[in-house]
Amino acid sequence: MIDKRVRGLAEAVAGIKDGSVVLCAGFGGAGLPDALCEALVEQGARDLTVVANNAGTGRQGLAALLGAGRVRKIVCSFPRSSGSVVFEELYAAGKIELELVPQGIISERMRCAAAGLGGFYSPVSVGTRLAEGKEHRVIDGRPHVLEAPLPGDVALLAADRADRWGNLTYRKSARNFNPTMAMAAKLSIAQVRRIVELGDIDPEQVITPGIFVDRIVQVAF
Amino acid sequence: MPLKRRQIAWRAAQDLADGAYVNLGIGLPTLVSDFLPPDREIVLQSENGILGVGPAPGANEADPDLINAGKQPVTLVTGGSYVHHTDSFLMIRGGHLDLALLGAFEVSEAGDLANWTTDDPGFPPGVGGAMDLAVGAKEIRVLVEHTTKSGAPRLRRQCQYPLTAARVVKRVYTDLAVIDVTPQGLLVREIVADIDFAELQAKTEAPLLAAPDLKPLVAPAV
Repeated sequence: MIDKRVRGLAEAVAGIKDGSVVLCAGFGGAGLPDALCEALVEQGARDLTVVANNAGTGRQGLAALLGAGRVRKIVCSFPRSSGSVVFEELYAAGKIELELVPQGIISERMRCAAAGLGGFYSPVSVGTRLAEGKEHRVIDGRPHVLEAPLPGDVALLAADRADRWGNLTYRKSARNFNPTMAMAAKLSIAQVRRIVELGDIDPEQVITPGIFVDRIVQVAF
Repeated sequence: MPLKRRQIAWRAAQDLADGAYVNLGIGLPTLVSDFLPPDREIVLQSENGILGVGPAPGANEADPDLINAGKQPVTLVTGGSYVHHTDSFLMIRGGHLDLALLGAFEVSEAGDLANWTTDDPGFPPGVGGAMDLAVGAKEIRVLVEHTTKSGAPRLRRQCQYPLTAARVVKRVYTDLAVIDVTPQGLLVREIVADIDFAELQAKTEAPLLAAPDLKPLVAPAV
């Protein structure tokens, strides 16, 4: 029997090791696994590398994980946004390393890892500072740079509905990075608004099939 | 009179073709969504996975799960759809968008775009989707005020700030003019009333050419 439901947030984040690469979904305030991030603060793993589009807002969720000093490095496209106070304090104090990656390249690097591929050539960032030090190659007359796959040890996800097999649906723009991150990590953990019976989700509506999901926990958010 | 920001957005909207798939960058370009010509179907894409962005929701109708690239609440038009991030950037990078309207710090006479960092040490850099959009959409147009608040030109011989992409911008809408980037240089298509070409040149570092059919730049009070 397959049952990916866990009893609570502590069980959801159990076993995450120090030094893990944690893929953290969400864009702006949508699709953020705030409850899982806060559970990870309690769990205590440290020296983490976090991959996330934004570097958290306010003091909750990802910002709480940053503020607790558990994150050594963040891989991010747009760290500074309205309310990113914790990140800005850490950055100004030199207490966090930032790897800035174009938004679509973060996503495609994770997809590449998920698909078992060794990298890809992209025209994005050619001729800019972000291409410095990367292998260049001209393809069909256009310069490209080599981008490496970006796998995660853990993915923290936020979805709308789940069943015990781990099939997930999302709402509107809260889908964002969740499906790619679910596929790109060894251990994918989803906080969901509602767990439904197996079979209640129309197979045509499943966005993330359960093969990519390891643990689900129902929380209000 | 220089155009106001909403008038720059209005002017850019007039050039959107029926049936076009268009991405609006954050800031000034986002205002373009308020001025889509009603007789044309224009599909707005948002990098966070929306194809068919609609107007801002009414009071108390905002859905925190439905926001645009600038993290503001939006709606979905009839016929719109949602995709995940990797597919959204596949649209962006793969040449599937007809046009991206972007903001800028500077544009060079060759069409180089600088819009992601000013290297201010107190200001952590953010690139977002700018570099993907700049190389991926079929055409890039920029909406920007002609000069900085202190009067420094934003249309440069070469960008002073780090580049987002080289040789990508095709047209620039400013509060003073509509200017095309051409192999011969910056070609002024339209200019606001009550400044002349010499005054426009004085506010522009790169040399300007006047289009043979140079027109007045006019926009309604919006």
